[in-house]
Amino acid sequence: MATYSPTTPVSQLGRGGDVPPPSNGGGDDGGFQGSSLPNGFPNYGARLRRARLGLICAIATVSMVFISLTSAYVVRQGLPTFDGTTNAYVRDWGMVQLPWQLLVINTVLLLTSSLTMEAARRDVTRRAALAPLKSFPGISLGDEKSFPWLEVTVVLGLGFLVGQWFAWGELKSRGFFVDTNPNSSFVYLLTAAHALHLAGGIIALLWASITSLQHRPVEGRRIVVDVAAWYWHFMAVLWIYVFALLAFAR
Amino acid sequence: MATSATVHAHAPQGFIRKYIFSLDHKVIGIQYFFLALTAVFVGMFLSLLMRIHLLWPGVSLPLVGEIKPEMYLSLLTMHGTIMVFFVLTTAPQGGFGNYFLPIQIGAPDMAFPVLNMLSFWTTFVAFVTIIAAFFVTGGAPLHGWTGYPPLSAIQQAGPGEGLGADLWITSIAIFCLASLMGALNFLTTTLDMRAKGMTMMRMPLTVWSWFITAILGLLAFGVLLSAGILLLMDRNLGTSFYVPLVVVNGQIMGHKGGSPLLWQHLFWFFGHPEVYIAILPGMGVTSQILSTFSRKPIFGYKAMVYAMLAIGFFGFMVWGHHMFMSGMSPYSAFAFSLLTMCIGVPSAIKTFNWLGTMWKGHIRFQTPMLYAIGFVSLFVSGGLSGPFLAQPVLDIQLHDTYFVVGHFHLIMGVAAIFGMFAATYYWVPKMFGRMMNETWGRIHFFITLAGTYAIFMPMHYLGIAGGTRRYSQYTEVAYLQKLMPIHAFMTYAAIITIAAQFIFVINLFWSIFKGPKASDNPWEATTLEWTTATPPPHDNFNGVTPVVHHGPYEYGVPGAARDYVMQTDPSTVPSH
Repeated sequence: MATYSPTTPVSQLGRGGDVPPPSNGGGDDGGFQGSSLPNGFPNYGARLRRARLGLICAIATVSMVFISLTSAYVVRQGLPTFDGTTNAYVRDWGMVQLPWQLLVINTVLLLTSSLTMEAARRDVTRRAALAPLKSFPGISLGDEKSFPWLEVTVVLGLGFLVGQWFAWGELKSRGFFVDTNPNSSFVYLLTAAHALHLAGGIIALLWASITSLQHRPVEGRRIVVDVAAWYWHFMAVLWIYVFALLAFAR
Repeated sequence: MATSATVHAHAPQGFIRKYIFSLDHKVIGIQYFFLALTAVFVGMFLSLLMRIHLLWPGVSLPLVGEIKPEMYLSLLTMHGTIMVFFVLTTAPQGGFGNYFLPIQIGAPDMAFPVLNMLSFWTTFVAFVTIIAAFFVTGGAPLHGWTGYPPLSAIQQAGPGEGLGADLWITSIAIFCLASLMGALNFLTTTLDMRAKGMTMMRMPLTVWSWFITAILGLLAFGVLLSAGILLLMDRNLGTSFYVPLVVVNGQIMGHKGGSPLLWQHLFWFFGHPEVYIAILPGMGVTSQILSTFSRKPIFGYKAMVYAMLAIGFFGFMVWGHHMFMSGMSPYSAFAFSLLTMCIGVPSAIKTFNWLGTMWKGHIRFQTPMLYAIGFVSLFVSGGLSGPFLAQPVLDIQLHDTYFVVGHFHLIMGVAAIFGMFAATYYWVPKMFGRMMNETWGRIHFFITLAGTYAIFMPMHYLGIAGGTRRYSQYTEVAYLQKLMPIHAFMTYAAIITIAAQFIFVINLFWSIFKGPKASDNPWEATTLEWTTATPPPHDNFNGVTPVVHHGPYEYGVPGAARDYVMQTDPSTVPSH
């Protein structure tokens, strides 16, 4: 144990997990940057990073929900059921005639919406980057009206949900209800779980659209749109996954 | 997402914004704390009813009348569910974590304050929903906190399995959503809002424990949510995920082909990490308190962090050890058994590090310290029976006996509760600005420690002797009747221990209002919450963002003016 020396500089200390003291910031990553800058303006960069981090956590959770549903799907599919009439174990998984055409159309709708969402994200990112220029005297960005990508995305997203609703109707007209067989139970369950999550994304987009009508700073809206966009892309990937599961793992 | 510091610079004024729908993590932490306190008294009352019924089966009790066997099952279901979700998960993480995580890392609030408020009120709705199950037709469900189908999946299976069981599942689903929102917030806050100088390896072990708990919660609660939705569908939509062909009262139910084992897998994939969700924050606070009151740095800080990570990691791989009796390939059982015993290694590392921290320390035996030592004691006593139960051959004998009840109550129940008591006695001065009464604190500690051992230790003998759990009466079976004196002893111990908890509650409320004023740093501790005012201002540090220069456990610094160095102290300390 070394003796205490008031002259030992902090940089030579070894306690606290042998981590050197702060140099140009702090924390591991430059340290906590408050939601506001020292001059009182909101720190949008820090807020965006935080919101994206939150989104990663949310995506992890949603993934766990679908992973567990998938494992239930696989397990239930392979279960033998005792058949009293033949005294033998049989598979009762059953079959479902999926409305292929509708589902493919819905998939195209959702993938297109992902593209328009990306366009909306890039558009608002560009605007947010240019926004500080407005504060310079003599500089005007003009009243540039861009294509309403966000609104188009909402319409396409709602179109997907309506399309899924029709797909359910088609399933019912073909005689496949939620309790018809385990396969049909999972078709309804997985599509409903995905639709519910997508509806959450639509609410976020509507929120972003409403804020664009109010005269709020574009940087704040950019955060909502950015996070909603990544979530939306995740929803598209998730749908492809669900569709593939229902189509190929029957 | 109102994360703006400008929002936080001015505390809200109106009563509703300030105390009910507050965005302040400290108010939300206190709300969680009192919700858990309410829940623990409900849960404890239910356990008292059960213990009294076991000893005097025919007696008519006030409020509830004579306890019938089905009501006994309702009591044990609700006791377990309320305790696991609304006490063990809510208080350590939602309560103390919410209050102290932002302060300990030097942040003005949680990353997403609105989400934080939402997660508390969602938890509250979940609590109201589960309590409502008592008051509907048929009463509360009978299926135990583990909710195994087919019992839990068929409405006609018993008196509480109608609306009561639906409310039970709905409550848990809502609770899952609340916990997921909370976990998301904890993770983002810890990763992104640490003050300058607060590197990951300078975080107090409490922060590490809340962080790892949040990871477990984020990955585990989604699985329970899915499992619960499947169960609700089986109950109400006629699907057969979990239910095979079942005959109830001579009537064939509409289900066929489902597997109760599927539920067990999904449930325990959540259920085992849940055990660590309950105990990890207790480990964190114990480390914090043992170091502070021994006036020594924590022994093996890095080892403590890695041990907690290892416990969290292995926690996801051992769920099968709950199902040895459910029918399992011997090879799977072997793997689950081996992985379960692996958890003994990081647990032992933690235990020896706690002992090493106290070794040759200048120990201050104040109430928080007593409870922290009590935690270590219970962690060892409850933990040592774990490797026994991890053996499939032994588990087949001991499964569904009181041995298991004794094991998990000691380690998951009482040890975690001791962590909460330690945290309460340690942090109430900071939270409410008043010291708790030391004498009554000690009396409460010694009665509770002796009492919990007296209740739960005999359960091990009971279990080895074949004493089955979940039976409402032991009077009809000769060999079980011989065990009644042990039951009598446990019931008397439970009555005394439960009575002693009123000492705690009176001490808590008396101290909050009338206790001697606490200084900013009454325990001479080093972490950031002790650098700010008592109680902390609305934005935690009065507009100043702290800068961290040291690790969290700089105690017993030789030659220094004081025997500790605050984390924010810019002065130099020796590299010993």
